[in-house]
Amino acid sequence: MMLTLSPEQADFAGVLHGFLAAGKRDLDEVGIAEVTDPVDLVVVFEELGHHALGGPLIETLAVVPALVGAAGSGPGASIGTAVGAGTWSVAFPPAVPHAVEADHYLLVEGDSLREAVATAELSSVDPARRLVELTAGAVVATGIPAAQAFDLGVLTCSAQLLGLGRAMLEMTTAHALARTQFGKPISSFQAVKHHLADVLIGLELARPLVFGAAITMTTRDVSAAKVAASDAAWAAARTALQVHGAIGYTAEHELGRFLLQTRALRTAWGSPSMHRARVLEAL
Amino acid sequence: MDLDLDAATLEFQAEVRSWLAAHVRPLSSMDTAEGFEEHRSWERLLASERLSVVSWPASFGGRDASLLQWLIFEEEYHASGAPGRVSQNGIFLLAPTLFAHGTDEQRARILPPMARGDEVWAQAWSEPEAGSDLASLRSTAVRGEGGWLLRGQKTWSSRAAFADRAFGLFRTSAEGRHRGLTYLMFDLRADGVTVRPINQLDGEPGFAEIFLDDVFVPDRDVIGAVGDGWRVAMSTAGNERGLSLRSPGRFVAAAGRLVELYRKNPDPALRDRVVDAWIGAQAYRLHTFGSLANPPAGPAASVTKVFWSELDVALHETALDLLGEVAPGWRDGWLFSLAGPIYAGTNEIQRNVIAERILGLPR
Repeated sequence: MMLTLSPEQADFAGVLHGFLAAGKRDLDEVGIAEVTDPVDLVVVFEELGHHALGGPLIETLAVVPALVGAAGSGPGASIGTAVGAGTWSVAFPPAVPHAVEADHYLLVEGDSLREAVATAELSSVDPARRLVELTAGAVVATGIPAAQAFDLGVLTCSAQLLGLGRAMLEMTTAHALARTQFGKPISSFQAVKHHLADVLIGLELARPLVFGAAITMTTRDVSAAKVAASDAAWAAARTALQVHGAIGYTAEHELGRFLLQTRALRTAWGSPSMHRARVLEAL
Repeated sequence: MDLDLDAATLEFQAEVRSWLAAHVRPLSSMDTAEGFEEHRSWERLLASERLSVVSWPASFGGRDASLLQWLIFEEEYHASGAPGRVSQNGIFLLAPTLFAHGTDEQRARILPPMARGDEVWAQAWSEPEAGSDLASLRSTAVRGEGGWLLRGQKTWSSRAAFADRAFGLFRTSAEGRHRGLTYLMFDLRADGVTVRPINQLDGEPGFAEIFLDDVFVPDRDVIGAVGDGWRVAMSTAGNERGLSLRSPGRFVAAAGRLVELYRKNPDPALRDRVVDAWIGAQAYRLHTFGSLANPPAGPAASVTKVFWSELDVALHETALDLLGEVAPGWRDGWLFSLAGPIYAGTNEIQRNVIAERILGLPR
């Protein structure tokens, strides 16, 4: 029984944080492409969320390698060799009906993997998240581990939400300490303190579900993690906006980027309702 | 990371499971005179198998079990439907304090009868004018010949209606709020003690007022240094708020029952609440496993206290919404859940602790 990060995992999270905090975005530099273990992926994606990185990260770094890696020796071999070149995205209709904009597209249909092309742009609630509608092309592989790859998408999305929530708690705590009204920092007001304490509780208790799911990779645990991480992160976003007040509602403040991405990821890779149904079905 | 149980823990789990299956039977409410004695007998039965305090050293009646094994014991205990622990104030609150701050003499004298249920303990923290602001308490301990004389009034003292002994904080000096307090143990049947039971929402006297009129306490029943009682009490308060008082097994078992209840009474409008209760219990369980290396104490225990107490209310409210007002098997747990956000430091106090001591916000 061990549910804490190894020293190596903690170090890697720290390195990645430093890299992203310095404004660097070329993830290949830190060797992220080699990460395949679900627990390690959670470490990576929590940090990517912590810095609100956008783009087809879940797809390129977790889901497509899981799909194509397994198909690498079969009919999908040609795609397998191309993964790593450019960004990839994938749709899993109906749960994931659209794809995040990328260089290459795939579409999962049952246990078949098809090539796909983007035929229309769609607008997400998060304008920074560019979505496209896909039209399916030729089958490139069959017998793919679609369910496992989908669950990996759900898991990494949950981890990203945890990181987003943590970032919003941090920036809101800093704001509440700095902002003065009625002659004192607003963080001395109990209403504000209790809001922030609730955000901390939600994130603190969602986190072990995400890591627990990474260990078992069962549909039940992955869906439970997504429900808890979505609720905790969105509660963090609402509190962050409320405590920031009007400045948080402006396009120039960074909170908006985090808030909008959180709202989009809350229903990406399956809505909370879908995941609650999956948990109940598995019990 | 892994969630695997080692061979010794699996063996222990199997032993506990089969013993409980053979011995658990329903008891009357522990807050009645006869129910209290039934629960005391149950503690004696547990102790006869050294199952009453598994994580304690063998010399005091335990098995030197690891924290993980203790959590597994708790999961099995609650899954089996075994009775509430009448000795919980002693074994989960006083005992950790004695392990941390007591003397060898105190541990040898007090822990074995506590483990056997021969001495059942009540807590005596709150006073009529000192609830959330516990440090404002006014009951005094005045220096006497060979010990201390207690004078004052305690209230909301859990188990005090039928228990044997009690522990709490008393003012030994008027200087300073926190610095003038001392941690003392006293006999509830000593001269000068008057216990007035208070009926709770269920109509039974689960707690009591304690009036103290020059009650003698020998020096050997002071825990820690005179005047250091606040620090002594708070250093183990995390045991009440976090890990030990409400171990995850209790919520995991209740959430499992809720899911079963939903299957028999499937109301789609309540589906999300049922699932969220199950997810919440799993979250607390995994959070606890994750903190085994560093059990929650102090402010970290405040995080879990708010979480489990709100989870417990939500879980039981959902059961009642599924069943309606005739809710056999759920009413007692529901009533008990309503007390959770109040005792062991209200959730408002816990949120203050989290905000000030974890997030670093000003007082």
